Amino acid sequence: MADALHEPQLALHVEDLTVSYQNKPVLWDIDLDLPPGVMAAVVGPNGAGKTSLIKAILELIPSLAGHVRILGKPYRQQRGRVGYVPQRSAVDWEFPTTALDVVTMGLYGRLGWLRRPGRREREEAMQALEQVAMADFAHRQISQLSGGQQQRVFLARALVQQAEVYFLDEPMAGVDATTERAIVNILGELRDAGKTIIVVHHDLQTVRTYFDWLVLLNVGVVAQGPVSEVYTAANLRRAYGGQVALLEGNGMPADKPTPPDPQRDQTGDVF
Amino acid sequence: MLASLMERIPVMIMVTGALVGMAGTLVGSFLVLSGRSMLSDAISHSIILGIVVVWLLTGQQTGPIQTIGAAVTGLLTVFLTQALVRTRRMRNDAAIGLVFPVFFALGVLLLNVYARDVHIDEHTVLLGEIGFIWLDNITIAGYELPRSLVAMSAITLVNLLFVGVFYKELKLATFDPMLARALGFAPGVLSYGLLLLTSVTAVAAFDAVGVILFVAFVIVPPATAYLLTERLWLMLVIGCLVSVIASVTGYILANYWDVSIGGMMAVMTGVAFTLAFLLAPRHGLLPRWWRARRDAAHNRAAIDDSAEAKRPS
Repeated sequence: MADALHEPQLALHVEDLTVSYQNKPVLWDIDLDLPPGVMAAVVGPNGAGKTSLIKAILELIPSLAGHVRILGKPYRQQRGRVGYVPQRSAVDWEFPTTALDVVTMGLYGRLGWLRRPGRREREEAMQALEQVAMADFAHRQISQLSGGQQQRVFLARALVQQAEVYFLDEPMAGVDATTERAIVNILGELRDAGKTIIVVHHDLQTVRTYFDWLVLLNVGVVAQGPVSEVYTAANLRRAYGGQVALLEGNGMPADKPTPPDPQRDQTGDVF
Repeated sequence: MLASLMERIPVMIMVTGALVGMAGTLVGSFLVLSGRSMLSDAISHSIILGIVVVWLLTGQQTGPIQTIGAAVTGLLTVFLTQALVRTRRMRNDAAIGLVFPVFFALGVLLLNVYARDVHIDEHTVLLGEIGFIWLDNITIAGYELPRSLVAMSAITLVNLLFVGVFYKELKLATFDPMLARALGFAPGVLSYGLLLLTSVTAVAAFDAVGVILFVAFVIVPPATAYLLTERLWLMLVIGCLVSVIASVTGYILANYWDVSIGGMMAVMTGVAFTLAFLLAPRHGLLPRWWRARRDAAHNRAAIDDSAEAKRPS
């Protein structure tokens, strides 16, 4: 029974997921369905539970109720098909190690217990670093990298996992414009190759240009679906409450569909 | 016969000190890097309770049961600390400070009440008696060796094996516990394994260096190595080297000034740290000051040049 597929046509299926700290709900009765091949933004105000959502899906924090299926199976059976990029601030960048070594850590899951990374793993990690234009920094100690470079190393570590579903927690927070564009382009390429990308995002301004799927979160799911349908003033107001007045003054659309995404027509590498 | 023994005693003392440092460095490096080094302080104090309770129950002062009893007390300290933190009514440092003094005080009280005439007293508890390890010998393969030396050799080997076998897993769990968990490596289990070995090391080191000096040997060599390298494996190697140097120089200076050998060894780890703190090529205070001064001079020269160039000729 455990092996029977449940909602196999969905990249991510979350049902009734509830998480709480100290009797205070952080996530309440989350139902979420993501088709494969989308690049989805998870957006919401501070304390909306965006990071907790990813952590609960990956079973990094306990949930009180609900279940999660990734490509039809529980996460435990799908570890190899899932890539995860935690927030950059979640690790100590003073740790004595190199960029190449951090990327190689992405392959530890495939290696399993006890097997050591060898030349093949180092070569794969090097290729991933080339993909994010960081090959020249492979042997740098990680504290000597800028915030944007550190984020690229983290992205390379996810790329090397060759996953089908990627979870990224604030990959564009505190990075320079070049890195942000680079990250968006790489994620776009992954999406075009049929992968599913789920990004916790902080910047409402760029949601429409970067993403094609949107999950509005505030403890519960406020709205979900294609960006063109979900990104409306009414939905944002429901997710953000009072803070939305500020947003509407900033060129927010009325409740009408958005024009086609210019980012999707872009090809080629920005590096 | 007596002459050859006298010759061997200093070597045995130095080797024992170095082994405490090496065994401590192997586990301590990961504790220092994950910001949990004070757990070694908590563990090394708490095990007194385990040692005394096992001694009261079985009459044994050393041996496997003693080791197990003390190691269990060490883990219990960690477990209680984490349980307190999980209530979210208390921060980690306060929880550590709450649990281990209670265990330590209980242990010392029991010693006071039941063990007035036994050689484990408060002084030994704190500083150990590395100078007298040769009084308690066991014979292995025809060689008479101090029990402390044998115990420390065994535990150093066990720690080396643990770190060697789980090096990749320990590195990932220390650097990024969330990814370690997401990839299915059990960082919690690894962490308890590490702390179990820290407890066992503390028990083995207890006779030789006591609880206070043990903490120095677990924290200071890794902290020194951390300033000198940017590679984890090198940090382990340098930490072990610092331990060896501190033990040898500590013994020599202790003899010269006629002071506590264990105390002098710990002081020498502190001296090594201070030197690294001041002189380490990249992170040291002086090289950094010198680089900043050179860069400032360089910038001034550049400004002067541009001012010169702007001046009409």
